[in-house]
Amino acid sequence: MARVVLSSALAPYTDGELELELDVTNVRQLFKALAERYPDLRDHLEAGIAVAIDNEIYQDALLQPIAPDSEVILITKIAGG
Amino acid sequence: MPTTLKYQEKDLKLVGTRPPRPDGVDKVTGRARFGADYNLPGQLIGKVLRSPHAHARIKSIDTAAALALPGVKAVVTRDDFAEMPDEMAAVGELMINFRDVTRNMMAREKALYDGHPVAAVAAVSESVARAALALIKVEFEVLPHVIDVVEAMQPGAPLLHEDQFTVGVKPKPERPSNIAKRLEFGRGDVAAGFAQAEVIVEREFNTKPVHQGYIEPQACLASYSADGQAELWTSTQGHFVFRAQCAKVLQMEVSKIRVTPTEIGGGFGGKNNIYNEALAIALSRKSNRPVKMVMTREEVFRGTGPTPGANVKVKLGCTRDGRITAAQAELNFQAGAFPGSPVNQASMCAFTRYDLANVQVVGNDVTVNRPKVAAYRAPGAPIAVFGVESVVDEMAKKLGIDPIEFRLKNAAKEGTQTYYGPRLGPIGYIQTLEAARAHAHYRAPLGPNQGRGVATGFWFNIGNETTCALNLQEDGTLTLMLGTIDVAGGSRAAMAMMVAEELGIEFERVRPVVGDTAALGFNFLTAGSRSTFASGMASVIAARQVIEKLRARVAKIREVPLEAVAWKDGQARPAEGGGAQFAPMTLAEIAKMAGKTGGTIAGHAEINAQGAGPGFGTHIVDVEVDRETGWIRILRYTVVQDVGKAIHPAYVEGQLQGGAAQGIGWALNEEYFYGDDGVLQNPGFLDYRMPVASDLPYIDTVIVEVPNPNHPYGVRGCGEVPIIAPMAAIANAVENAIGLRLFAQPFSPPRVLKAIEDAAAARD
Amino acid sequence: MSRNHVSTTVNGDRVEFLCETGQTLLEALRDELRLTGTKEGCGTGDCGACSVTVDGRLVCACLMLAVEAEGKAIQTIEGMAAGEALHPLQKKFIEHAALQCGICTPGILIAARALLERNPDPSESEVRYWLAGNLCRCTGYHKIVDAVLDAAREMRGA
Repeated sequence: MARVVLSSALAPYTDGELELELDVTNVRQLFKALAERYPDLRDHLEAGIAVAIDNEIYQDALLQPIAPDSEVILITKIAGG
Repeated sequence: MPTTLKYQEKDLKLVGTRPPRPDGVDKVTGRARFGADYNLPGQLIGKVLRSPHAHARIKSIDTAAALALPGVKAVVTRDDFAEMPDEMAAVGELMINFRDVTRNMMAREKALYDGHPVAAVAAVSESVARAALALIKVEFEVLPHVIDVVEAMQPGAPLLHEDQFTVGVKPKPERPSNIAKRLEFGRGDVAAGFAQAEVIVEREFNTKPVHQGYIEPQACLASYSADGQAELWTSTQGHFVFRAQCAKVLQMEVSKIRVTPTEIGGGFGGKNNIYNEALAIALSRKSNRPVKMVMTREEVFRGTGPTPGANVKVKLGCTRDGRITAAQAELNFQAGAFPGSPVNQASMCAFTRYDLANVQVVGNDVTVNRPKVAAYRAPGAPIAVFGVESVVDEMAKKLGIDPIEFRLKNAAKEGTQTYYGPRLGPIGYIQTLEAARAHAHYRAPLGPNQGRGVATGFWFNIGNETTCALNLQEDGTLTLMLGTIDVAGGSRAAMAMMVAEELGIEFERVRPVVGDTAALGFNFLTAGSRSTFASGMASVIAARQVIEKLRARVAKIREVPLEAVAWKDGQARPAEGGGAQFAPMTLAEIAKMAGKTGGTIAGHAEINAQGAGPGFGTHIVDVEVDRETGWIRILRYTVVQDVGKAIHPAYVEGQLQGGAAQGIGWALNEEYFYGDDGVLQNPGFLDYRMPVASDLPYIDTVIVEVPNPNHPYGVRGCGEVPIIAPMAAIANAVENAIGLRLFAQPFSPPRVLKAIEDAAAARD
Repeated sequence: MSRNHVSTTVNGDRVEFLCETGQTLLEALRDELRLTGTKEGCGTGDCGACSVTVDGRLVCACLMLAVEAEGKAIQTIEGMAAGEALHPLQKKFIEHAALQCGICTPGILIAARALLERNPDPSESEVRYWLAGNLCRCTGYHKIVDAVLDAAREMRGA
């Protein structure tokens, strides 16, 4: 089970729950599981979320694998100018 | 095919040197063509009618007289563009609300800012087009407007969107608001942290909107043919993104639009969005002729996106020996007419330079009657950092600790937990602080009314979708087809250098070209300091693929096993211990035979580059303040920055100097002036005062290289970090010079003079 | 509205064009003569991107009416190189990486040449004040000043 930590900025969409364990093997499955669990989060997942898997940041990498002992942190996406 | 390559230290022949850039001659002779330099036979000139009101309902638009004017071939209004639903849609990786995109491009129900497009015409000449605009009758119902961010946040402020309820607030608010979104980042317990603090500093700052200030106004040329295909030439930071945005608002298939990016005369984030492009295509469709649309400078100011103006509150708590125990900030950012300010990034950048256990940052994205804000070099970060680095400086002074020493005591390093999520990887922040402290600038003598300030900046940098193609030509030279726009002229050279380094050949043998949207797969726009990182990664992947194919081809030609063939210094040679001897072949020799031995040898890459390395910088500035006029003179400026690896050091220096210069302009003079009627009063370069050559000294640069482990050459993006620190550094220097801290940007002479006079009056 | 006929000399060549009375020299150069090397950055004489010389005098082409070009000798960026041979200023700008996006470069080169024609040995300060009428947003002017001083050195034979 991967340990999933959500950025504190996402608290309004998860009723304050920011840590959980999920049985997922890639980012797409992670987003699906989170959307099911937190409906308010659904709109923000594709639009504005990047993930750090064991501290490496991935943006728009739906098929990036997540190992059973991974730590996954959800953060808000970054753009530039 | 690999999609990522890790850093490998090796001896370098070309990377790190300074060859002349491939497009240099064209640019110094006037041969290079920018957006307004393209023309097509039979073209019409397109012009936009803009709202003169900051906020007004559009009751009717009558274009009959304009259409009847001889020489006018087409007119478009909101009726010519489809309604877009309120939903986020993907444009490459940007999720954008197209309901807003189409309205920013052409107003629908309301004009939301002075300058908001209401109609557009295409005519045989500019003077006829302008005459046609004057004949369009628009019935406006003028509404109260609001521009100041704090005013816009109050209940009862004039409301831009009746259906906008603040997102991120629970329970969902009952009444609509100009606050489109509230976000909050945090870690630990700030209340406990402040309770532990022995010294607390709390301050409020206000900044004005500033423009990216690119010298080239937006310009495009569209040609729509009756079979439904459109060609578009435009000055853009992202031709694939522009194609996608145009396709969506015009309800065309992406494949029916071919966008050729022209040379771009500056972007800095301001050319990440379409403005006239879809209007030009629509006018071309209606008139069946090419339509050229070039903005005037006044239109650029009134109609394109600046940064937010903002209100920033910062509170810092420390122990007496200089350890930060709590950090808190509130960032209230103008979004302009539609939601989407960079308050998110600003919140994430505010304190990331420090190792903090207790942090809270609250951000508000607020709609106001101004053009929708656009990105500007490290969007949002300079504003937040103005507040934070000023407070850090004040705290250091209160504690009697040297400003660099204070930052070293609290510095983020590899493994530091950020408050927005992950831990930081290898970074060079401490190295930049130490290099700044060791620099002669830090010890230069200061005279009366002179002072020194230090400030630091951080930016994440990004990767994103990138493709490229590398083709070996019959004469042994290569063409590198790139999809990332070369905004500053250095990246074309850098990519070619990396390819030449990989192949072991001279730089001049690799010709880099930026292709149009038909030449390659999707490339994200050049922003986020991504192009040398991501396009460099793609170029190296393609180069290594070419080397593998060269080896395989030579094995066939020389009839030896693949393992016997090594590639070294531009030649295929027998591998040591490879088991076979053969006559080496040069690139030119292989290329000459390629057609008859299987076909052209080429490599390519299609990646979504991950692992961009964050950049950190430390700035030192010396100023002299004229107490009689309020004028601040910059005496010395030094930029120290970790860039991972400087592929072409001259262009890296250029980024550091250029970004610092923009930050200095932001600090000293740049601002938008609005009248009580909400109309912009200074839409020109005379009164929107950017730095000129006589305003600035030489800007010294120190390149620090802590390689990014996620790039084959260790590259970190470098373009955005240098704009972040100047505002705070200058405010800190002024305080050091005359004991006066400035809390409102810009520090223009009238404001500084007033601050000096107010301080004197308060003393008496 | 009938157009005006103008005869003038541009970069040593005799040329003719038609223009409206209200058109600027900048518009005539770019739109009638298709010499697009001279750029419009502001149209109000504040940015210097449209710098040309008229009878040897440095002017903003956007502040001059096209009809005023009648009988004058105009020099634009297109005339700066002598065939394939770049002017020392052009060479030094490439060598010193004194340009990034390049939009201001034609105007700055024309202005710098005008300076060196009057003052072959300017100080750093003199270069900065002479070029104060040419906005650059990319470089911070550092490498531009270096390139101008280095070109001046070469042109003096120093």
